[in-house]
Amino acid sequence: MTAQHQLTAEALVSGYGNRTIVDGVDLELAAGRITVIVGANACGKSTLLKTLARLIKPTSGAVVLDGKLISELHTKQLARTLGLLPQQPIAPEGIAVADLVGRGRHPHQKLFQSWTTDDDRAVVEALDATGIADLADRSVDELSGGQRQRVWIAMALAQQTDILLLDEPTTFLDIAHQVEVLDLLTDLNHRRGTTIVMVLHDVNLAIRYADTIVAVKDGKVLAMGEPSEVVTCTLIEEVFGLPNSITADPVSGKPMVTPIGRHHVRLTQSATHPS
Amino acid sequence: MTTLPATPDIAARTALVRAGRIRRSRRRVLVMVVLAVAVLALLSAVIMIGNTIYPVSDVLAVIRGESVPGASFTVGTLRIPRALVGALAGLAFGAAGTTFQTMLRNPLASPDVIGISAGASAAAVVCLVVLRWSGTATMFAALIAGVATAAAIYFAARGGESTGGRLILIGIGIGAMLDSVVSYTIQRAAEWDVAVAMRWLTGSLNGSRWEDVLPLGIAVAVLLPALALLSRQLKALELGDAAATSLGVRVDHVRILLILAAVALTCFATATTGPIAFVAFLAGPIVSRLVGHGSSLTIPAALMGACLVLTSDLIGQFAFDTRFPVGVITGILGAPYLLFLLIRTSRRGGSS
Repeated sequence: MTAQHQLTAEALVSGYGNRTIVDGVDLELAAGRITVIVGANACGKSTLLKTLARLIKPTSGAVVLDGKLISELHTKQLARTLGLLPQQPIAPEGIAVADLVGRGRHPHQKLFQSWTTDDDRAVVEALDATGIADLADRSVDELSGGQRQRVWIAMALAQQTDILLLDEPTTFLDIAHQVEVLDLLTDLNHRRGTTIVMVLHDVNLAIRYADTIVAVKDGKVLAMGEPSEVVTCTLIEEVFGLPNSITADPVSGKPMVTPIGRHHVRLTQSATHPS
Repeated sequence: MTTLPATPDIAARTALVRAGRIRRSRRRVLVMVVLAVAVLALLSAVIMIGNTIYPVSDVLAVIRGESVPGASFTVGTLRIPRALVGALAGLAFGAAGTTFQTMLRNPLASPDVIGISAGASAAAVVCLVVLRWSGTATMFAALIAGVATAAAIYFAARGGESTGGRLILIGIGIGAMLDSVVSYTIQRAAEWDVAVAMRWLTGSLNGSRWEDVLPLGIAVAVLLPALALLSRQLKALELGDAAATSLGVRVDHVRILLILAAVALTCFATATTGPIAFVAFLAGPIVSRLVGHGSSLTIPAALMGACLVLTSDLIGQFAFDTRFPVGVITGILGAPYLLFLLIRTSRRGGSS
């Protein structure tokens, strides 16, 4: 288990220009746990994550790491504790997998210092953890979407941060690869105790993989807690504006959301719909 | 950080990954050594070859300060400054070009394509031909004009999505306007002469003097190492602003430093030789094919820039009946590549 770092948002307000998107969020991100942020499109979940990762400066309020404002921490030092996998990072043309993963070592390297054995070892461990060790010398351009996402996660792992933020790490992946990536992140959390905070689109995968789920609407946190305690029909309807039915996930036993649209609804089921 | 449950062969695989990394970086070192040797060979060639070919012993004697009939003037006053100015300008253009191309992730985004050289060139020609300023004052005027041009392009292109593509188009437009300032000034100048005109239109090493070597040499000696030191940050920046920030790079800070250093190199070189066409544009893409992808191109591209300028100068001087200034030759080399990139861009419908 790693040192436990505490990341907290205090009365956080942020946005772009004059537009407020995150509107007064208080959040204590549980160390060593997986926190998943969910919400409708444009609800501010991604902006919240970006503000936590210091990509956006808060208009007011603060992001605090272990009692210190992140804006006052040395950027490289912060980068050794807090990592972010952005939604669409850009792979340089033709770069080899191991080289791209190696770029995650940047915050650990000094100006005139050359590559160390620690750096190589961190790269190998990251390649192992993501199951792409045999792709090390391949060009990233040749890989499939799922493989490429593993490379990016490996880069974030090579950074060896205790807290890892991920902005929709499963976008553009098919369902099998989504599950694979989420399993991988859970492994990482179990083995290394890495605190994971991510934004996910798929509410059922979010419920399944989250220790703590954070539901965001209009820039505010509506509910936060263990999925089995906080996920209810009413909450989901409020967050997504979608009538739904909640049953127990036959696989995990956690709540499972089934959307109710205007079509394909059996009368019996809509009659039993609790709301 | 605790390590993962140790798999028995982790040491072996670390060695394997290390070997792959070393293999790729060794190729880069090899290319740099070859290019450095080529630059030295080309320097010697420019110094020795001409209407009269002087042997190495004469050249060395001139360098030692001995008086050699004929050679002292031709080699000491004409050819050595010409060779040094050519090499220095090539280093400056090459490093600046690849810095812009990497930072903006677009091979079209070199300072000579997006109008920054044109800004420096326009300022230089006005200062020298119209205002009759000295060389040093002209250099600083060119520097200020280059920075101002870069700032104008940057602010005009700001806002909205896909800043990169718009920045390049605006840069090409501003460059065309500034080129017309150069043409106009040359047309109106009283003592219009072909050599001066060619220098500011296409770039030329004719008339390079010892006085030019020192300021350009100092600029290259300071700014090229600065760019090399920033190359690791540049590599992080290449992954996008968000990824770079999360890797601990102060994105805005680093970007400004990179832009200033690259613009300054471009301006000092342009104020000395004129805007030698397409050297900044070509050097990076050529070396990226030689050194492979994913490693820093700053120094290799600088060396390639020097090779391009010196080779083109030799070709321009001796390959044809008429002597052409270096920029005509680099222009012939660069234009087809520019066309190729533009065609590829329009086929893809994007800006890369």
